[in-house]
Amino acid sequence: MTEGNGNVAIKPKAAAKRKAPATSSAKSSAKSRAKAAPKRAAKSKTASRANDDIGEDTRLALWRSLLEIRHVEQRAYDLFLQNLVKGTSHLALGQEAVAAGFATAMQKDDWSFCTYRGHHHTLARGASMEGVLGELMGRECGLLKGKGGSMHLTSVEHGAMGSYAIIGAHLPIAMGAAWTAQYKKTGQVSVCFFGDGTTNIGAFHEALNMSAVWNLPVVFVCENNLYMEYTPIKDVTAVHNPAGDRAASYGLPKIVIDGNDADEVYRTAQTAFAKARAGDGPSLIECLTYRHSGHSRADPGDYRPPGELEAWLKKDPVPRYRERLAEFGISKDVIDGMDAEVLAQVDEATEISKASPPPGLDLIDVDVWADGGTAWRN
Amino acid sequence: MAELTYREAVAEAIAQEMRRDEDVVFLGEDIGAAGGVFKATVGLFKEFGPERVRDTPISEQAILGAAMGSAMTGLKPIAEIMFSDFLAVCWDIVANEIAKARYMTGGQMSMPLVIRTANGGGSRFGAQHSQSVENWAMMIPGLKVVAPSSPADVKGLLAAAIRDPDPVMFFEQKSLYPIKGFVPDGELVDKLGTAKVLRDGGDVTIVALAAMVPRAMKAAEELSAQHGIEATVVDVRSLVPLDTQTILREISKTGRLVTVEENPRLCGWGAEIASIVADEIFWDLDGPIIRITTPHIPLPAADALEDATMPSAERIVREIVEKID
Repeated sequence: MTEGNGNVAIKPKAAAKRKAPATSSAKSSAKSRAKAAPKRAAKSKTASRANDDIGEDTRLALWRSLLEIRHVEQRAYDLFLQNLVKGTSHLALGQEAVAAGFATAMQKDDWSFCTYRGHHHTLARGASMEGVLGELMGRECGLLKGKGGSMHLTSVEHGAMGSYAIIGAHLPIAMGAAWTAQYKKTGQVSVCFFGDGTTNIGAFHEALNMSAVWNLPVVFVCENNLYMEYTPIKDVTAVHNPAGDRAASYGLPKIVIDGNDADEVYRTAQTAFAKARAGDGPSLIECLTYRHSGHSRADPGDYRPPGELEAWLKKDPVPRYRERLAEFGISKDVIDGMDAEVLAQVDEATEISKASPPPGLDLIDVDVWADGGTAWRN
Repeated sequence: MAELTYREAVAEAIAQEMRRDEDVVFLGEDIGAAGGVFKATVGLFKEFGPERVRDTPISEQAILGAAMGSAMTGLKPIAEIMFSDFLAVCWDIVANEIAKARYMTGGQMSMPLVIRTANGGGSRFGAQHSQSVENWAMMIPGLKVVAPSSPADVKGLLAAAIRDPDPVMFFEQKSLYPIKGFVPDGELVDKLGTAKVLRDGGDVTIVALAAMVPRAMKAAEELSAQHGIEATVVDVRSLVPLDTQTILREISKTGRLVTVEENPRLCGWGAEIASIVADEIFWDLDGPIIRITTPHIPLPAADALEDATMPSAERIVREIVEKID
């Protein structure tokens, strides 16, 4: 549950009554056994196949999402080395499980908001790989037609309501989307991802307070990767858990989870979403995770103490989930097959992006206003 | 035709639009039961209730963030920032987020929202509650900018702003809140991006905005009565979109341009108009362009000092007589 210095993490109250996804509803005895001791369940192939509260279909969806993010991010890095990705980019290698876990638990019409480190969240909502890679490469096939770049990936049709590159801004904006859901009684949830550094800016506190006072269906998710850009978060923050220890200020329970465990993230998300949809207000969740690469493409991450990266690589969410799938009796063929399939998709998306032309210059003069134009005078 | 104050026209416009469209919601500090610190929103809380007229904490980023997030997901929020000076604490949401979202996302986002704010001096509030900051907004691509000078324009332009599919910054000049004017009965919806010719004269064209409009009108009467100078007065009303056709036409007719701006000197809206005039109708001019502005200083509080810094009708008359005769 917690990674940090014996600090106590409190599970959300409702965690005990997890809602089982439809895929696992039939096998109740296997379910309860798996719930009690999921690792032991792997010993019996039949029982493990029956699965626990998460279920095989959902686990494979999580696996696919983890792989898509991992392979696209690695490809983004390769393309950067080939000078095909321009500008800056902030990779989420190592943080895949947060995106996969939350997005898999979301409904299609839920809204998500993320930061400039947002490739993973945008992909996890279902945006196309060529849309993401093409945008990074400044190509016409990009999600934003080349007008936003790496830090602003958005796919409104997938509920990915934007990547925000000014720290803190999107917490109040995500709150506003939750206000729409509350006002129109749609049952939608607004989910807002941000880094540990964000917890020290005013907008974080304004949004948490007002969301709590208005009892809004919004879930704030802190990806604590231990560094605010180049500086250890502990050196610049008055509390140990930058998000978790602030929750009490807004009347919310402290929730700190292992952000590298896709199952734990998924379950925590389900609980928070159920709370939001029931009209019981916002949640603040701190996911402990680690950024395998530097802050941005310009940063080799040399400020990290020796051995730290290696220790976290042992908790890498992708190989970890590969083991998890095996524990639940999912065959190596299925696990590796999906890996190869996703990699082939990334190859294809890379080729599509490379073949896509630069955006037409006519795009410069469109889309400032709702009428499609840019005119400021008559 | 009813006689309303400028502040009553604010509430009338919001009520008119909230009655016709359930998606219009209103949020800000003290706007609800209190009716606003300038009493410009009295009656709205009672009529529309706390779900549509929502009091907020003193959290300007949260107010505008809520407006943006709700606008992009289907509501048509009106957000109040109590004093326009406070825009400085939430300018990120205005300038980096609201203004840029549609363009940056390749047209995926819509931002139908209005930010209302009390702008300008004349109330002896000192330099942090008196600034005329419409030019801050004017220089950001993606924002429409409106600043009405009369109760009828407040009602018609605010209604138009609420119906507009783009973000509109609506600057209410706080010293105008008590002024009265006739407002047509029934539904009133004006057109953004239209200037208005308030007075016709053959000698000089005075172009003014918000609180400077009644002062320009007073000066024009004085110029006519005392100096035999006939001035055309154009109320700009909307800085973005800018009705350059009307403004240029009226300047070409007289050959003389005087802008009257409440803002400090540098980069005031009048400088942009002067630049357009120099570019496009230079040969229609009979003399240099005259800009009358507040000096480039923070606005002082004492009445004697504030009155001596903001352009007055007397100063407008004096400068025109000195420079045009």
